[in-house]
Amino acid sequence: MKNSIALKTIVTKEIFRFIRIWPQTLLPPAITTALYFLIFGKLIGARIGDVNGSSYMDYIVPGIILMSVISQSYANVVSSFYSTKFQRNIEELLVAPVPNWVILAGYVSGGVIRGLLVGMVVTLISLIFADIVVNNVLITLSMALLTATLFALAGFINAILAESFDDISIIPNFVLTPLSYLGGVFYSVGMLPAIWQTISKANPILYMINAFRYGLIGISDVNIELAYLITVGAILCLTFMNLLLLHKGIGIKN
Amino acid sequence: MNALSIRNLRKTYNNGFEALKGIDLTVEEGDFFALLGPNGAGKSTAIGIISSLVNESSGSISIFGHDLKTDRSKAKSCLGMVPQEINFNQFDTVKSIVINQAGYYGMPRKLALESAERCLKQMDLWDKRDTVSRRLSGGMKRRVMIARAMVHQPKLLILDEPTAGVDIEIRRSMWKMMQELNEQGTTIILTTHYLEEAESLCRNIAIIDQGRIVENSDMASLLSRMHIDHFVFDLAEPLSIVPVIEGYQIERIADKVLNVGVPKEMGLNQLFKQLSELNIKVISLKNKSNRLEQLFMDLIDSSSSVYKP
Repeated sequence: MKNSIALKTIVTKEIFRFIRIWPQTLLPPAITTALYFLIFGKLIGARIGDVNGSSYMDYIVPGIILMSVISQSYANVVSSFYSTKFQRNIEELLVAPVPNWVILAGYVSGGVIRGLLVGMVVTLISLIFADIVVNNVLITLSMALLTATLFALAGFINAILAESFDDISIIPNFVLTPLSYLGGVFYSVGMLPAIWQTISKANPILYMINAFRYGLIGISDVNIELAYLITVGAILCLTFMNLLLLHKGIGIKN
Repeated sequence: MNALSIRNLRKTYNNGFEALKGIDLTVEEGDFFALLGPNGAGKSTAIGIISSLVNESSGSISIFGHDLKTDRSKAKSCLGMVPQEINFNQFDTVKSIVINQAGYYGMPRKLALESAERCLKQMDLWDKRDTVSRRLSGGMKRRVMIARAMVHQPKLLILDEPTAGVDIEIRRSMWKMMQELNEQGTTIILTTHYLEEAESLCRNIAIIDQGRIVENSDMASLLSRMHIDHFVFDLAEPLSIVPVIEGYQIERIADKVLNVGVPKEMGLNQLFKQLSELNIKVISLKNKSNRLEQLFMDLIDSSSSVYKP
């Protein structure tokens, strides 16, 4: 009971935080993705033609939605938890009888909710440009939820280990964004030379984007079961790592 | 029952610095306890370990009988912590800071609201409940931290230099508030650099230096060890010769100012009688220094000489 109240407190605080600063958290992804749809989908896509039997606009919609989910769930946790460390109000949680798993679950839930909320906003915008009929609701929703969870967990590790504000921008800028773009958001890996197809398959984001794309429009470059295996496996690994870091107090205690 | 019990607590930081060298400390329920020491002595490390902000190297701590390692949740529920530096989210309102803290302790929302209202009223902050905390004055921010620490009604409250940097008016109101909390049954551990604060508020005292407890006793016994009180006398007329009165240490600081050491067993009456006989008129007198401060310096000096490598 006490833990559920503590969890609810953290989650509510996180939701109020990103809603309070909605011009920084909710508006920019909406504008950016609207531009993606307009430029890549509408203007350039018309000249590209179909990809794997789907119009280019329809093909890029799932990737752009999931890319927003990935970046927003990650950004929410890394910025919020690092600020909590930086302002030292993490001490409010450490002094109180809040178990580590509640701290982790609270921040990750905040990241997941923001990721999915932005994903919904982007989906609504996509409906202006594309005519999407959902192929499999369960796969679509579960893959969005799992992906948001995975990147919220990754953001938490980044925040724990970060020692400066530079450290919380390095991973999103130099790892997440390139991996998302190279994860088949705008193209099918089948369009790449063989060697790049092999290299691309080492990118976990490729599996999530393709599984989500399968859920939305029924097209995928990868095996869906494998995509679930990789995503759930990564979630378990990152959860364990986060709990270990919290238990040892790395980055948050002396 | 002991509010706090510390056994052989040690802490060595990653850089090899040994901040605590095996301290033992007991604070009884209901006490108003002073934990003093110079900067870098180990007080903040000890408080950090008690409040789970610092990992100990070895040793054990129990709070109201609950071991901090094996019965963590209950031990933490008994503790309220007011840190030295402002550590709440400065973008949150006063009320949300206090209510969120209640939530972290598992208080249902309705109870949290009632408790927050009571604590904020007690700290004279109720009118500021919807103010964003960064807009508060320094004294108000400190009172927010006390309200936050009290919201779950802890039995043990640790105040780490709560009056540092606040003006005398706020300091006195905080002293009054701390005394009230103690009278209501809250055990208080206070660290401060204002030794007159510790002397006037606390019943028991521990002095820590170089990671060791160098003194742990009740305030009255500690102060009774002062054999000589020092006074400064302001005289009506300048003196050319310093008077010699057996048993008293008298030195001239300025033409009309004397520094007088008065042994406790001799007192002031005899001194005044003899000064009158010498036709020396005293206009006023004051204590040269705070008694605890003098003892503190003596203990720290002797600790430094004992433990010097």
